[in-house]
Amino acid sequence: MTQPFVHPYLPNTAPDVKAAMLAAVGAASTDEFYADVPEALRLDRPLDLPEPFVAEQDLVRHVSGLLGRNVPTGERLSFLGAGTYNHYVPAVVDEVINRSEFLTAYAGEPYEDHGRFQALFQYQSLMAELLNMDVVNVPTYDGFQATATSLSMAGRMSGRRGVIVASDVLPDKMSRVTDFVRTNLDLTAVPTVNGTADVAAVTALLTEDTAAVWVETPSYTGAVETAIRQLADAAHAVGAVLVVGTDPVGYGVLTPPADQGADIVCGDIQSLGLHQWFGGAHAGFIAVHDDPRFVMEMPSRLFGLATTDVPGEVGFGDVAYDRTSFAHREEGKEWVGTAAALWGIAAGVYLALMGPQGMADLGETLLARTRYTQLKLSGIPGVALTDNALHLREFVVDFSEASVTAHAVVDTLRAQGIEPGVAVGEYELLVAVTEMNTQADIDRLADAVASVVAANTKTEEKSA
Amino acid sequence: MSLPIAPKPALRRFHQASWDEPVIFELTTPGERGVLVSRAEPGVREAVGDVVADLPTGMRREKKAALPEMGQMRVLRHYLRLSQENLGADFNIDVGQGTCTMKYAPKVNESIISTPKLTDLHPLQDQGDVQGILEIIWSLERAVAEISGMHSVSLHTSGGSTAIWTNIAMIRAYHEANGDGQQRDEVITTIFSHPSNAATAKAAGYKVITLYPDADGYPDAEALKAVIGPRTAAIMITNPEDTGIFNPRVQEWVELAHSVGALASYDQANANGILGITRARDAGFDVCHFNLHKTFGTPHGCGGPGSGANAVSEELAPFLPGPVIVRDGDRFFLDSDRPQSIGKVAPFYGVAPNLVRAYSWIMALGAEGIKAVAETAVLNNNYLMKKILEIPGASAPYAAGRRRIEQVRYSWQELYEETGISSEEIGIRASDFGMHYWTSHHPYVVPQPFTLEPTESYSMAELDEYAAVLAEVAREARETPEVVRTAPHNQTVHHTHHDDLDDPERWAITWRAYQRKYFS
Repeated sequence: MTQPFVHPYLPNTAPDVKAAMLAAVGAASTDEFYADVPEALRLDRPLDLPEPFVAEQDLVRHVSGLLGRNVPTGERLSFLGAGTYNHYVPAVVDEVINRSEFLTAYAGEPYEDHGRFQALFQYQSLMAELLNMDVVNVPTYDGFQATATSLSMAGRMSGRRGVIVASDVLPDKMSRVTDFVRTNLDLTAVPTVNGTADVAAVTALLTEDTAAVWVETPSYTGAVETAIRQLADAAHAVGAVLVVGTDPVGYGVLTPPADQGADIVCGDIQSLGLHQWFGGAHAGFIAVHDDPRFVMEMPSRLFGLATTDVPGEVGFGDVAYDRTSFAHREEGKEWVGTAAALWGIAAGVYLALMGPQGMADLGETLLARTRYTQLKLSGIPGVALTDNALHLREFVVDFSEASVTAHAVVDTLRAQGIEPGVAVGEYELLVAVTEMNTQADIDRLADAVASVVAANTKTEEKSA
Repeated sequence: MSLPIAPKPALRRFHQASWDEPVIFELTTPGERGVLVSRAEPGVREAVGDVVADLPTGMRREKKAALPEMGQMRVLRHYLRLSQENLGADFNIDVGQGTCTMKYAPKVNESIISTPKLTDLHPLQDQGDVQGILEIIWSLERAVAEISGMHSVSLHTSGGSTAIWTNIAMIRAYHEANGDGQQRDEVITTIFSHPSNAATAKAAGYKVITLYPDADGYPDAEALKAVIGPRTAAIMITNPEDTGIFNPRVQEWVELAHSVGALASYDQANANGILGITRARDAGFDVCHFNLHKTFGTPHGCGGPGSGANAVSEELAPFLPGPVIVRDGDRFFLDSDRPQSIGKVAPFYGVAPNLVRAYSWIMALGAEGIKAVAETAVLNNNYLMKKILEIPGASAPYAAGRRRIEQVRYSWQELYEETGISSEEIGIRASDFGMHYWTSHHPYVVPQPFTLEPTESYSMAELDEYAAVLAEVAREARETPEVVRTAPHNQTVHHTHHDDLDDPERWAITWRAYQRKYFS
């Protein structure tokens, strides 16, 4: 016997209910509701989709079976970074963001969604402490967008087009920023020296049409910029602003860019309590000082404190809503929409758990393990660091002296269950080290790299 | 009193949790720790020395970040209380967030994605190690292509508006490739299309022309003819519009665009009622996007991460963001060699958890189920419309007597004129019954608007309950207006004063700014 199509996600497919509803509205069939869709545009066949797994257990077996083919980084030894990082995610973070109340809410008012407003206000406030700045947005999509928007803000504020790019920028990020800003801004990249900004060369390019100097720290290669103060002073001297793209993970120990003269600080929060998710868990922050010239250029939501009718109650609302495209369509600043709020809540929980000491400890661990990995790898004959800048979490090693390509290193180590890093040039490998990589892990990486180099050297000697 | 329990009153006696929870900074206790961090081993320390003390001058943070110090369970309890003070879609009859398609996000999908086989994947791993996720993304691309009738799909963006941006960025690149990027500097949209169509076009450098509907609320083809021309880069429209009205002349709109060399871009945020019924490409559109967090059942996450799907014709395919996934037999590869691509629109390959959820949603329903989604959403909408229009003071401007697709933009104008109670006030009072509703984007073309979209997820009884709440609040507006005006009464917090939020001297966007402005 054929059963009628009743799906668990669709309560009103129950035949009697459907009939009652049709009768209530005086329709013979659901087809009547499509009277405005011309016949010529009607699809006259079923969609060509795979057969579904309507029983939940069959669906689980199918999708989990596909996911089961993946081999996660936990089953490898991973030194992969280049934008997505393998940091530890405390269990409480996942517990909070997997709560139905947060996971499934959207855009309620500050009354029925009080918790969302408070959690995101707290995210803004916790980030503000880490960055030493007074204003942080509700997250935008990712660090790429945050940077593109920050530069655009500088352009709008000044009416200028010039942006001097003082650091090495992740190529994917540069691709995104370039296409986003190209109508309004001209980017000029200044080659770095020893991994960080060439302050003199940057300064020489500054003009009355420079809207911003853009610094990345840590840079694409993990180099920490130590000349932010000089770059800020130079930018300010021509009326430009200093935009710093960064990863906030190091500011438990490193001086925040705001203390060195940065005007806009932006970047990604994936490092703060988000899993790697195949590169699919990014969220962007933009931080400025509490200066309306800057605040009024921000496109994102900003949640602020408010009083209520009851003394002592903490209320919330949207700050300067009139900036937004929700209020004024194309006359708003860029646009605002669904972006990455849940990831912001996660980062807030993460910072609350870590506290000042946790962030300080993490920063120290990252500096120490990064340095240790640099020492171990550069101690291998034929393997060199590409610069001697201060590095946080990431750096490039050069195999050219050993005549081993980066791809060869990657291929050989993958066969041993090690992801040694990302090949970023013929002989250059970008290696990322987080608190997840112990001394034993790093030693294993170094031993494996040493073997590859030694094997290649022997082969060369034989063939010579 | 003894059993039996008395029957329940007609309306639910709801009260939102109200923990009176302080802001987290007020909960700090110096010395407490929430989580401990892996520290460098003695061997590492011996090799590298004191890395913090050795930082270059000026690079060492002088004062620790003033983050709260709290034991782990205290952090947990604080945030769980905040969660209870939030009305998730799993709890309420969330038909009041029109345009947002607040459908059921199936729990099985949460269970499926909660595996290290997904959470702990790095996007640059050996492609041999990520075949499962690549196959899922590829299959989802193919499903979206079939549902839209388009040729190629990218799933990189993490929200609807950034997907709309991607549409206009591809259109811009297409015209530039054809040598008329300079000439085409205008984009045409309609007032009942999502504001991000206008806003992204402006951000991409275009002049925006916004068309208003005809007297009956239908998109006005004559108005389009008056403004379209050689300067038009694209029309960027929603259909059905945010009124729930389907443009019966949509194909003519697309043909008008093509006749002047412009492209037609389709914002499919409102696709939920037309899945399997009609397709973007069949009407001639060149590009379109879907919101997976609306139409394909991924949760809204308090405002993201969402997921955008950009679908394009074969002619536009070279401009899609890269890399794309290609299939070779049983293997899946990432192809980055795409010279005409607009480049990256986001890191890596999209919001993987949402892509798996959306795939799983499609695979739970299939072709028959997906069409049933559309038909049920439309049935629910027309049923709810009948219920709402029975409430004195409520109306559905435009297209009188016609059916609507998946949502309706209603008006309380009549009630407002009678009572002085606004749509905002009614919405806030409705929250006292555990409901939520949203008015409309600005500007309010429909006066005193409210926009309801019941989706396929809510039962007839739930729709009845929702309509009964609005009927009750409308009655209160007439009989006890003070109750409505002073709402909410059953919420976490009471009526909130918003005057401080627009004054730079007084606004407090972070706790530290609040402390500085008011206590120093």
